[in-house]
Amino acid sequence: MQLDELNELATKVQQAQQACDHVVRVCMAASCQSSGAAAVLESLRSKTGDCQHVCVHGAGCMGLCAAGPLVEVSQRGRAETVLYQHVTADDADDLLAHLGGPVIQRLHCPTDIPFFARQQKIVLENSGIIDPEQIDHYIAAEGYQALVTALTEMSPAEVLREVDASGLRGRGGGGYPAALKWATVAKMPGEQKFVICNADEGDPGAFMDRAVLESDPHRVIEGMALAAYAVGASHGFVYVRAEYPLAIERLTTAIRQATKYGLLGSNICDTRFSFDIEIRLGAGAFVCGEETALMASIEGGRGQPRPRPPYPAQSGLWGYPTLINNVETLANIPPILRRGGAWFATIGTEKSKGTKVFALAGRICNTGLIEVPMGITLRDIVFTIGGGVPDAARFKAVQTGGPSGGCLPEQFLDLPVDYDTLRQVGSIMGSGGMIVMDQTSSMVDVARYFMEFCMDESCGKCIPCRAGTHQMHELLAKIARGQGTCRDLALLEELCEVVSAMSLCGLGQTAPNPVLSTLRHFREEYLVKLQDRDTAAAPVDAPETAS
Amino acid sequence: MMKQATASQIRVVTLKINDRDVTAREDETILQVARENGIRIPSLCYVEGLSVWGACRLCMVEFAGDHRLVAACSTRAAEGMEVLTHTDRLRRYRRMIVELLFAERNHVCAVCVSNGRCELQNLATECGVDHVRVPYRTAVYHVDASHDWFRVDHNRCVLCTRCVRVCDEIEGAHTWDLMGRGMNCQVITDLHKPWGESKSCTGCGKCVQLCPTGALVRHGTSAGEMERDADFLPYLSRMRHAE
Repeated sequence: MQLDELNELATKVQQAQQACDHVVRVCMAASCQSSGAAAVLESLRSKTGDCQHVCVHGAGCMGLCAAGPLVEVSQRGRAETVLYQHVTADDADDLLAHLGGPVIQRLHCPTDIPFFARQQKIVLENSGIIDPEQIDHYIAAEGYQALVTALTEMSPAEVLREVDASGLRGRGGGGYPAALKWATVAKMPGEQKFVICNADEGDPGAFMDRAVLESDPHRVIEGMALAAYAVGASHGFVYVRAEYPLAIERLTTAIRQATKYGLLGSNICDTRFSFDIEIRLGAGAFVCGEETALMASIEGGRGQPRPRPPYPAQSGLWGYPTLINNVETLANIPPILRRGGAWFATIGTEKSKGTKVFALAGRICNTGLIEVPMGITLRDIVFTIGGGVPDAARFKAVQTGGPSGGCLPEQFLDLPVDYDTLRQVGSIMGSGGMIVMDQTSSMVDVARYFMEFCMDESCGKCIPCRAGTHQMHELLAKIARGQGTCRDLALLEELCEVVSAMSLCGLGQTAPNPVLSTLRHFREEYLVKLQDRDTAAAPVDAPETAS
Repeated sequence: MMKQATASQIRVVTLKINDRDVTAREDETILQVARENGIRIPSLCYVEGLSVWGACRLCMVEFAGDHRLVAACSTRAAEGMEVLTHTDRLRRYRRMIVELLFAERNHVCAVCVSNGRCELQNLATECGVDHVRVPYRTAVYHVDASHDWFRVDHNRCVLCTRCVRVCDEIEGAHTWDLMGRGMNCQVITDLHKPWGESKSCTGCGKCVQLCPTGALVRHGTSAGEMERDADFLPYLSRMRHAE
């Protein structure tokens, strides 16, 4: 496919879409589906039948998962749309009857609230608008423009330059500069290279990658193809967890469609560039999100990490140079290429460019998915966009970064959200999970919960993580039961230090973070649970068991 | 197995270990260089002649200056490196790791066939473990004595995977492997069949010779009687990996 063919197709699809007087989009992402969106779509479809004036189609995540199922209605020639919340199949008649007429007040979900107004969408720009199961919808929304343009008009080095200019950093959690990683793989000699998309999202409460894959899978494919072109790879893998059946289904459909259109496969756009993508399913191991464990799993081995260096960029899949990027990182690539790296660099803060997708969960009014520019404050996210804590309860802490992150109390809410600031105060950006807690949450329980998660997910390879997470969990459980002593607390702190310094991979190295951050910001909660809180701290080294 | 570069490409570098100037080929690891120079770095999973596993974390060393910790077994020597092997911090961390091992499974030395010849016991002495501060787990693991000549006692296993690697890389049988994860991790024969029923085991006993503790032993040994001899490994490893 060439650029003019692509444009022609885009125009054709756009015209067809504009032929409809009304477009009704039903959110068909996993969250809305679980509250009955499929029945809504079915009912609307059966009632409109072959009617030419009304287009009904499924769409990706519209963000406000708390109000699902969501239905969005737009009218030809009018920019503003109407969003309906908590829609059931029985509402279909009512909904269709009101097309072009007054808004149904009982279902209306106002979109001028900060939840929608304060967001800035790049990764999610098509999410909730296009039908993720139709490649034509993506193409009509400027999809694959960047790939075709890059393949026909740009050199791999020029693609790399745009990514470098954008200042994009890895969205998987580490925040490593994307262009630097790409350049390392690009510079490695050898004919065979791989690109991997890490979609093994495993943090409790995080669903950003799932939403992107479910809502706009072609964007990830285009991002991977652009990455492959820039680094000289010809084969790609998407490593997605098997617990995301809908994402897998839509991605499979998307890959098939892109291959059919000649946007994947051999000699794409009649150039020498060939690229195909295979899906690999993770079998429910959190550690497989770690890049070396992920590669071992793709190779068919046991999913456990190996020492780095060598880094995957030097020696990855089957020993070949391999580029591994997170879903959200790759989803940022097409708009960066389309609009230029300089445009992307205008968004965000000095060292963290662009936007970040966050999954809001826990004790927060507007549970759901948001995309905000880097540098926004935590207070804006939790209170303005998230609507604060429900039931007039008081905010206590926000947990970012999942089991590798930390809990931040109220005093840090005015800090700008970027990679470096969050790290300074004892948490991390992570992949974007954000769990809000109110005064009823015990911070010792929170730490114990995350430690239990790490203990269960430890692969068992290195001793500090395997045995250390177990011991820390036992100590936390003991303290939470009110049976802990000052000695236990001191031992816990010592274990935190050893496990984070000595573990083999990121899982073990960051496993103590929830404990360390709660100890740093909520130490008194630990102290009141200690049995001997009134006596002076006993020395750590008091002999307990003789060997 | 860390691949050795071909002779023409090899460069020699100089580095400092504990303030001592030493030279190394750049394809050598810090641990290899240290051993050549008689500098002892504690280790458990590492065995010369097998692939690097990097799991026991006892051979972690510190870079002077930025205080970064790296595993000596999997980090190559580089020009100008300044390595410290026994800082206070490292001693403290190593001691904790050995304690964690002792608390993880049943390592009661007095009744163990490897008493007196046990690498874990030696490590405890070396790292100054005179008592264990973390609570013992007291989990019970089974003993598989189904093999004609050998026995595996999972209560003594430290999961160093020497058996797994020597069986795969030297004997070529791949009888041993790992199953489960975290604390449920365990070495298994074939697909978790009793060792005696294993179709792939050749009975060569290399795994038994390399086991650092009393987990893999010959039948008929009593407390303190298990002697091991791993002298075969350097020669066989060289032959196996000769290009």
